[in-house]
Amino acid sequence: MSNFINSSIGKKLIMSISGLFLIVFLLVHLTANLFLLGGSDAFNLSAHFMGTNPVIQIMQPVLALGFLFHIVYSLIVQFKNWASRPVKYAKVNQKEASTWVSRNMIWLGIFVLAFLTLHILNFYWKLQFGEIGTVVVNGEKMENAYALVAGLFTEGGTLAYIYSGIYIIGFIALGLHLHHALWSSFQTIGWSNIKWRKILTVIGDIYAILIAVGFSIIPIYFLFIR
Amino acid sequence: MTKLNSKVPEGKLKDKWSNYKAHQNLVNPANKRKIDVIIVGSGLAGGAAAASLAEMGFKVKVFCYQDSPRRAHSIAAQGGINAAKNYPNDGDTIYRLFYDTIKGGDYRSREANVYRLAEVSNEIIDQAVAQGVPFARDYSGYLDNRSFGGALVSRTFYARGQTGQQLLLGAYGALTRQIGLGNIEMYNRSELMDIVLVEGKARGIVTRNLKTGEIKSHFGHAVVLATGGYGNVFYLSTNAMGSNGSAVWKAYKKGAFFANPAFVQIHPTCIPRHGEFQSKLTLMSESLRNDGRIWVPKKKEDAEAIRAGKMRPEDIPDEDRDFYLERRYPAFGNLVPRDVASRAAKERTDKGFGIEKNSTGEGVYLDFKYAIERLGKDAIEARYGNLFQMYEKITDENPYETPMRIYPTIHYTMGGLWVDYELQSTIPGLFVAGEANFSDHGANRLGASALMQGLADGYFVLPYTIQNYLAYEITNPRLNPEEHSEFKKTEEDVKERINKLMSIQGKQSAEHFHRELGKIMWEYVGMARDEKGLKTAIEKIKALRKEFWEDLHIPGSTDTVNPELEKANRVADFLELGELMAYDALNRNESSGGHFRLEYATEEGEALRRDDEYMYVAAWEYKGDDKEPALNKEPLHYEEIEVKTRNYKTA
Amino acid sequence: MAHKTINIKLRVWRQKDAKSKGGFENYELENISVDSSFLEMIDVLNEKLVSENKEPVAYDHDCREGICGMCSLFINGRAHGPDSLVTTCQLHMRKFSDGETITIEPWRVGSFPIIKDLMVDRTAYEKIMQAGGFVSVSTGGVPDANSVTIPKADADEAMDAAACIGCGACVATCKNSSAMLFVAAKVSQLALLPQGKVEASRRAKNMVAKMDELGFGNCSNTGACEMECPKGISLAHIARLNREFLAANIRG
Repeated sequence: MSNFINSSIGKKLIMSISGLFLIVFLLVHLTANLFLLGGSDAFNLSAHFMGTNPVIQIMQPVLALGFLFHIVYSLIVQFKNWASRPVKYAKVNQKEASTWVSRNMIWLGIFVLAFLTLHILNFYWKLQFGEIGTVVVNGEKMENAYALVAGLFTEGGTLAYIYSGIYIIGFIALGLHLHHALWSSFQTIGWSNIKWRKILTVIGDIYAILIAVGFSIIPIYFLFIR
Repeated sequence: MTKLNSKVPEGKLKDKWSNYKAHQNLVNPANKRKIDVIIVGSGLAGGAAAASLAEMGFKVKVFCYQDSPRRAHSIAAQGGINAAKNYPNDGDTIYRLFYDTIKGGDYRSREANVYRLAEVSNEIIDQAVAQGVPFARDYSGYLDNRSFGGALVSRTFYARGQTGQQLLLGAYGALTRQIGLGNIEMYNRSELMDIVLVEGKARGIVTRNLKTGEIKSHFGHAVVLATGGYGNVFYLSTNAMGSNGSAVWKAYKKGAFFANPAFVQIHPTCIPRHGEFQSKLTLMSESLRNDGRIWVPKKKEDAEAIRAGKMRPEDIPDEDRDFYLERRYPAFGNLVPRDVASRAAKERTDKGFGIEKNSTGEGVYLDFKYAIERLGKDAIEARYGNLFQMYEKITDENPYETPMRIYPTIHYTMGGLWVDYELQSTIPGLFVAGEANFSDHGANRLGASALMQGLADGYFVLPYTIQNYLAYEITNPRLNPEEHSEFKKTEEDVKERINKLMSIQGKQSAEHFHRELGKIMWEYVGMARDEKGLKTAIEKIKALRKEFWEDLHIPGSTDTVNPELEKANRVADFLELGELMAYDALNRNESSGGHFRLEYATEEGEALRRDDEYMYVAAWEYKGDDKEPALNKEPLHYEEIEVKTRNYKTA
Repeated sequence: MAHKTINIKLRVWRQKDAKSKGGFENYELENISVDSSFLEMIDVLNEKLVSENKEPVAYDHDCREGICGMCSLFINGRAHGPDSLVTTCQLHMRKFSDGETITIEPWRVGSFPIIKDLMVDRTAYEKIMQAGGFVSVSTGGVPDANSVTIPKADADEAMDAAACIGCGACVATCKNSSAMLFVAAKVSQLALLPQGKVEASRRAKNMVAKMDELGFGNCSNTGACEMECPKGISLAHIARLNREFLAANIRG
């Protein structure tokens, strides 16, 4: 087994499975977030459900592990890849051979990670450890997560625009990352061939757009629509 | 004449090989480990022989000049491999394959060898399939066949247009497996520089490491040369750039006889040359003649207009096209043997009907318009897609829309070191397999038979026959090449030759001499030869050789990669080999197969064979650098075949 | 008929041996026929260098018809240069324009050390093949070729994979120097055929282990290998390799 995990394909498989897990997580996350568009009560209920549901609680450390594996292995794999070409080419022209995104997954990933850190500080950290106002919905007292989100994207004048901008750029980077990620994970598992590659890349693109646009709607909604 | 003993076993033709195997000497398993076999060349013959011998338990050392055994030029064979499987149920038999091969070779090959070749042909296909060679199949899942020149049956197995590649990779797989198991020591980027004889027997070789320049000796109880043909003596050919005649030439100079050097095959379907700096010619598989029709314009003015670029082939209506092969040879049409097709192309171009837009005008059309009309573009693409793509990459023309331009060029050498039935040369312990020997193709080789012969020799013939020799070697211990005087002396000779080449310090590159030699060879020892031309060739080659040794220039040093030194070393040998070819062509006062003497033609311009005087193998013996070679004759007897004039006009 | 010619500038990597430090040298060539192959153009350069008593550029080449896999140049940032489905020897000068500067580098892969100038040592590929790129069948004693039927589609797909010429363009072009396409081509070919299936697991494991051991990078599915492969070998074969490898490890 250790041979398998330490093999190049084994490491890639960890990247692939943790990635697919994160892809599923993103969908859950987006679904929960879209309740924001339904107003304060709807979102707070959804956030409260997420915050108290035992399944979600169990999944939280698993999710953290998913991120950890994905990040650590991406670095292991990447350092090995860099080491495999000690002398670089003076001239490289890969315009016709591969997509910019597929070649820059590590940089998109690092950018998304930086964004994720900010995101955690903005929300998760505050929800867990900060002092947040409460609200009563349907007779139950809960944290006012809605206000937290609305605050970030609407309060502080220019700061709200900066945050919204950062978030939208972060979502675009995430979308680009996903554009290559989805079909690539299936390819690594071996779940692809000439026919399925086409299908998977289309699904991957639809998914990437869904995530990038879906999340971007939120700051846009708060800034311009609400 | 007594010098040549072909060792053909007694008995009826069809029983000879089984009788031989039943009675030959074998080496027991414990002794095999004590026996070293050196194999030079890693193509179909060398690779297959190395793998088979190593599987049996012998210790094998394999040498190739490329960076991997998988690069051997067998890989470039496109069309297919013959076997008498009769899967299509069209009446093929071992006898028919044997008969076609003898007839195709214009009755200049050894009957018993050819019969054995046909006999083992079926096993080759079985072996290749077992190795995972992805031969073409039809929808039933069974193997598919196609037809090739010189045969009335479909007996050619193929893997797209890459049959040679697939068969070579099959053999390479087997070879590689034995390397991994430690039974074969592989020496890549190593070139044979000389053969070491100890007490008259081949006992090893001296090589030059092409990376480091190191000169090193290697011991073997027997040495096998599977180094391919010497077609590059013509400079331009379909051979690989590195293909050379040096190994067989060293053997010749050490006493191995060289048989039928003049028998060279000119392949009718190559892409014509484009200019002065052309380095090699690319073959378009003969299989294309299955569906392509060969023609030139009927009217001279049309040909002239095409050469001037004022007219395109598509503009010429069918009635103004001369399908000269179909016209001259109704029975075989476009599928006549290679020599016949080549000469017919030359005949048309010499008369002024050539279509190539260069100074020579040398080119004819191979047209797929009719096949596309009949079968559809998809069917043609499925059959020849990769060949069409290759043609387009090279010429920038689309063969689906405009006819291919083709012209004959040097492709294969039927001649080679003389070997007996056991594939042993006149030097004891020196065996020769594949294109490097002369045995099976006579004066002309049929398409898809080179792969068959290479693998027959490598898998099924040599690994048996060599044991008949090695059985007597089991008591001879390995020699230490670092101490043995003969090895050391040969190493010194090699070093001296290299120093001599390096110290000329003249003005011209090896390439220059090679190109000049090629021009002489093509003009005087090419498709059509005559006495005067051949004598001129001998004089010119002598003069060029002298110039070479006075005016050659090699930059760089000997202790590193030095492509100029490698080339010069090979060209030096070609400059001698070319002369021997001219001698042989001059001696053979007849036209047979690939050897066409203008003086010996019928009134219709067909080849005139002279069985009464020339039904023999001309085996040349080296007598010294300044002396003419001596001719030894091995008379050819045909017991099971009636010798006829080849006729491809009627069945 | 006069052939069209171009003048070009060359920037060629020169390196004395594996240990020496290399660098680019600039050359100019005039009147190169656009119908010449790229290697014929280098021949012209080399003849010029030899005539000036300079060392010619060392590079690997042999068959010059795109099948032996020996030629290996990285031209203007691309493996085998600016054309698709060709090797360097089949690349023609009509793909370049008059006055163009052409940069020529060797394959730059840690596992393929430079021997001299543009020649690299691809022994690593040999070692991978020795680890399992074959069917373990010895000569003789095999059944009749038609005793096992193979669906045409499988035979065709196996042939697609088997077309690999082992040139190394996939590794050279891969940003990760991964040898996955090379390994996949052989594993996939043999896994598709009943003759090769028998030891498919062992083969996948051993070849991947050897590939990893030799220092090639990890595949990240950019697909550049497939696009630069002179034989157009598909990424689908890598998917099959992944599948075979995974299945082999699940089976144990």
